[in-house]
Amino acid sequence: MAIPSRGRDDEEWHVTAETIQLLTPEGERVDHPEYPVDDVDLKGMYRDMALVRRIDTEAVALQRQGEMALWAPLLGQEAAQIGSARALSAKDMAFPSYREHGVAWCRGLDPMRILELFRGVTNGAWDPEEHKFHLYTIVIGDQTLHATGYAMGIQRDGAEDEAVIAYFGDGATSQGIVSEAFSWASVFQAPLVFFCQNNQFAISAPPERQSRVPIYQRASGFGFPGIQVDGNDVLACYAVTRQALRAARDGMGPTLIEAFTYRMGAHTTTDDPTRYRLSSELETWRLRDPLERVRAYLTRSGEAGPGFFEQVQAEADELAAKLRAAVLALPDPPPLALFDNVFAGGSQILDAERAQYAAYLEGFAEQGAAR
Amino acid sequence: MSRITLSRAINEGLRRSLENDPKVMIMGEDVGRLGGVFRVTDGLQKDFGEHRVVDTPLAEAGIVGTAIGLALRGYRPVCEIQFDGFVYPAMDQIISQLAKMRYRSRGNVSLPVVIRIPFGGGIGAVEHHSESPEAYFAHTAGLRVVACADPADAFAMIQLAIASDDPVIFFEPKRRYWDKAEVDLAAPADQALPLDQARVVRSGDDVTLLSYGPLVRTCLEAALAAEDEGRSVEVIDLRSLSPLDVATVTASVARTGRCVVAHEAPVYAGLGAEIAARVTEACFYQLEAPVLRVGGFATPYPVARTEDHYLPDLDRIMDAVDRTFDY
Repeated sequence: MAIPSRGRDDEEWHVTAETIQLLTPEGERVDHPEYPVDDVDLKGMYRDMALVRRIDTEAVALQRQGEMALWAPLLGQEAAQIGSARALSAKDMAFPSYREHGVAWCRGLDPMRILELFRGVTNGAWDPEEHKFHLYTIVIGDQTLHATGYAMGIQRDGAEDEAVIAYFGDGATSQGIVSEAFSWASVFQAPLVFFCQNNQFAISAPPERQSRVPIYQRASGFGFPGIQVDGNDVLACYAVTRQALRAARDGMGPTLIEAFTYRMGAHTTTDDPTRYRLSSELETWRLRDPLERVRAYLTRSGEAGPGFFEQVQAEADELAAKLRAAVLALPDPPPLALFDNVFAGGSQILDAERAQYAAYLEGFAEQGAAR
Repeated sequence: MSRITLSRAINEGLRRSLENDPKVMIMGEDVGRLGGVFRVTDGLQKDFGEHRVVDTPLAEAGIVGTAIGLALRGYRPVCEIQFDGFVYPAMDQIISQLAKMRYRSRGNVSLPVVIRIPFGGGIGAVEHHSESPEAYFAHTAGLRVVACADPADAFAMIQLAIASDDPVIFFEPKRRYWDKAEVDLAAPADQALPLDQARVVRSGDDVTLLSYGPLVRTCLEAALAAEDEGRSVEVIDLRSLSPLDVATVTASVARTGRCVVAHEAPVYAGLGAEIAARVTEACFYQLEAPVLRVGGFATPYPVARTEDHYLPDLDRIMDAVDRTFDY
């Protein structure tokens, strides 16, 4: 096997002839015998992608205006997230990292829960079982083991109609725990799909710094299939994930999907991507925009006209305005709430600290009253 | 009543928990077919099956990480870490995930995971097999950290730990695994002393001796020896290292006026430091002497042939007790 070169221009290293693509960047449908997709609501997918992109844009703006502590933009990854998440059944469980705003949207999680997190009002605080969407996990790759354990629980419950999907990035594949998750899921044949969004950046580091082989090929060493999909093709992401989930539910064990995509925004709002990538590269990827190709296809096929796109845009703007107002109205949590939910039961130590701090705060109130 | 070893008592406690709750699972390296390197899980896989007593791949982060996932699914996994010095690969999962999930989820998620760790020295082992890492865990909010000291209490404590809705780091004094004592195997765990309370194991009036795990026995022996010298030593088994049962400790020291803390872990930044600070704060006017600490030195755990110098023994504990009378 020839060792591929490592230049960032050398895209052939990342994308092979086997890369699954069902919708070209120009918006042309390509049929694939293994992934028939006749029953797809492409308009709905477009709407989802447009709405989450708008949420994302608004969140970045809010951060720039000092209303959010941080934001991790998903710009460019809408197809990977909406396509894969739409393949999930209501019973399937998703384990996100911290950029899966599109997956959250498809699971029905109120975007406010995510905005609250990045504003610094909560650490997530949603109930994972309510939408079958686990809490955001910030330590890179940790959630892959939780997903594996959860899938082992499904096996023990004999729940044959359930599967799990674990989201992570190209950087995470270097973490030892992700390799552990691959091993465990494989030896226990857990009903699990590993969905790696290779957005080509671990903050600044390119995938060549994480792996000498394309990510999807690593699965074979662990004994399960790996598939690369065009991560900017919502249709392909949907079809490939749907099939992998079916295999998982059918007891065939895990699959690794590498969605080859591109992070068009910054790692987070604290990042400056101009330090590590050329604007020409970004321009190249703008031509592969995940929304534009769906728009082109829908327009050309006559499935949607300008009215549809205007309506989606109006809906998106309305949603953004609503979220902005709600974010600005968010109160800070009361100070003593920081003592809550450490333990199920109380603790002498914690109760004493809470009481002490409450008395301390009370002292200021009394001083204020005295004046 | 049955006269059984500490190892057996924990085994029986695990068995009760497996019998009483179908969601309880045991997972770890060699816990199934082999029954664990200390035989604590002996016979459990045979009786409860491979799905409930799981021989895992050799990966500590994997054990704890997948246990978290199983707990999210409604299971109550009991993980065995084979030796104290092997828990560190799992530290990220324990500190960043297990300990914080309740807080992160604002109470929406409970992770009733128990992590059993045989700890401490005195068995002549090679490196990494004799450590006392409890302070790392006690420093992490959201973990309950406990240590058992004798068979009867261990039988109850393991059941209480499994029933707890909080994650519990459960330390087992490995050099006491073969200590035997009478255990009432019919005793219901919910009537035992709660997991977060310390226990006065010997009453006394002149000085309070605090310890946990393997040194509780040594402290009892020291108290007996001190009696011959006319000193009345109260011995407290802390049991819960986090959160600490400060009330039981300070009530005792307020009465005796003297306090010595003994643990195998290094004295420097160890639990003794926290206890000394709290006792001093609460009992400042009753103290006749500073709180003294006896423990391991500020070195890595030494080679087996010198571990007797490192480990606090009866004489070093007695020496500290004596010194509290010099002030």
